[in-house]
Amino acid sequence: MSASSSNFFSGTADAGALEVSLGPHHPSTHGVFRMNVRMEGETVVKLQPVFGYLHRNHEKIAEKNSWLAAMPYTDRLDYICSGTNNWAYAVAVEKLAGIEVPERAEYLRVIVGEMTRLQNHTAFLGFILGDMGAWGSALMYAFREREKILDLFEELTGARMMLNYARFGGVRCDTPAGWLDKARAYLATYPAFLDEMEQFLTGNEILLSRLQGVGVLSAQRAINGGLSGPVLRASGVDYDIRKVDGYSIYPRLKFRVPRGEVGDCFDRFMLRLLEARESLKILQQALDQIPEGPVVNPAVKQRGFKPPAGEAYGRIEGPKGELGFHLVSNGTEKPYRYHVRPPSLINLTLLEEMCLGTKIADVMVILGSIDIVLGEVDR
Amino acid sequence: MSPLLPQTVLDRLHAALPQARVELVNNPSPSGQHALLVHREDAVQVAEFLKNDPELLLDYASDVSGVDYPEYLEAVYHLFSIAKKHGPIVLKTRTGDRGADASVPSLTRVWKSADFQEREAFDLFGIRFEGHPDLRRLLMWEEFEDFPLRKDYVAPNDCEYEPTPHGDIVQKAAAASASPVPQA
Repeated sequence: MSASSSNFFSGTADAGALEVSLGPHHPSTHGVFRMNVRMEGETVVKLQPVFGYLHRNHEKIAEKNSWLAAMPYTDRLDYICSGTNNWAYAVAVEKLAGIEVPERAEYLRVIVGEMTRLQNHTAFLGFILGDMGAWGSALMYAFREREKILDLFEELTGARMMLNYARFGGVRCDTPAGWLDKARAYLATYPAFLDEMEQFLTGNEILLSRLQGVGVLSAQRAINGGLSGPVLRASGVDYDIRKVDGYSIYPRLKFRVPRGEVGDCFDRFMLRLLEARESLKILQQALDQIPEGPVVNPAVKQRGFKPPAGEAYGRIEGPKGELGFHLVSNGTEKPYRYHVRPPSLINLTLLEEMCLGTKIADVMVILGSIDIVLGEVDR
Repeated sequence: MSPLLPQTVLDRLHAALPQARVELVNNPSPSGQHALLVHREDAVQVAEFLKNDPELLLDYASDVSGVDYPEYLEAVYHLFSIAKKHGPIVLKTRTGDRGADASVPSLTRVWKSADFQEREAFDLFGIRFEGHPDLRRLLMWEEFEDFPLRKDYVAPNDCEYEPTPHGDIVQKAAAASASPVPQA
């Protein structure tokens, strides 16, 4: 092992260099995350992320419990987006055991999944403004709308954030009476909110000067670094798992995949706004087309679930990127191996590359533009 | 677009690199994701081929994980192609044993995305990735000595047990509470 993570600079600093430990308790690190930064003047010349402050060995806990018991625990990975976490785990298990999902359940998964993406991207707009120093106002506007989506989640699942909604071969419960109409009515007001946000933010001179040309990443580097989701597409890569894998009912729905051109923080910011609008289109279609029927495959025994021996990798397009699960079964009631592919962690692979040569104040903006949640980074 | 089959990949590999030791590992699961098991000495060469071959172009190493088996540890790579939009191809390498010979070559120089994930597998399974540019623990602290995701790992049942400066702090706290508290 090389130098200890707690003092990796020791003995190597030049006289003019300044070393700062950013975090772990810093409002802009989105949780407990630390970066050791070496600067010359205000320019970053080296940056090393330090992980593990929120580590609880999620994977070991899942391996010691039954297959179903991991489901509510996936909520706690990326706690902003529990709806998609459940879904990704269910997709992997369904691949492993060859389970069919009823039509209505697929629609409900898409509806909850896209609402999750919508509220994640909305919250992102608030967070990135906070990272730029506009603390409060933008976040409150974003959270006002996010709360209304959480209200819908609460009515559907009983929980605002920890939904625990997916089940192997379906979802946990059907919609309460009138829920679909309520969702449709609320979502009809959303474009006006996005317009308002865009009007406030996109043309703002300060915002442009803080985001444009900062943290530029080329498409080739983004692919090699394993980046996924909005960060990858902002670099101009046309890769959306909803289109590529065509899982669930996405091949039936019409939506576009926005892409960036420059790969800077501004592209990442705009991409979220555009993706939120596409999510609205998807939601509108899904809410109109949803058929009647069962919401879970009755042949699947949820408790005491035993998939056949073998392994599978299942993935979905989460709001933050490719969320995958690698599962190994030995035919018993517990997973032999349960591995999460966390987009938040892997999207940080190129953080140093993006930050080198920028000013220290931009590090926070670049980190914010990647959009991480530490529950998923550290697991 | 027809899915890319592991057998196709294996045939191309055998044609291009006849000396590389690669075999197909059958996966009995309905997922049908059969794996390519590559001998660790040939792993870097095979990885370079998979990434650069114009028919395969597996340019995206999405997921890296470790698995603990009774005789050996396994590093599993799930490869996709963004250029060709196919995958996953499952690439596996195995260590010699679970002790002194628990090493496989690092593929971080081929796919940068393996960087943190190989560090994580090293941290939690003790798989040494030879040639990794910065092989340190990722999630556990530096002074931690065991590998928690191994099947034979025994979690300490004593909450005071932590191989960190924590013990000194407990001692200092005990000493402080034994001495009389100054009155204000």
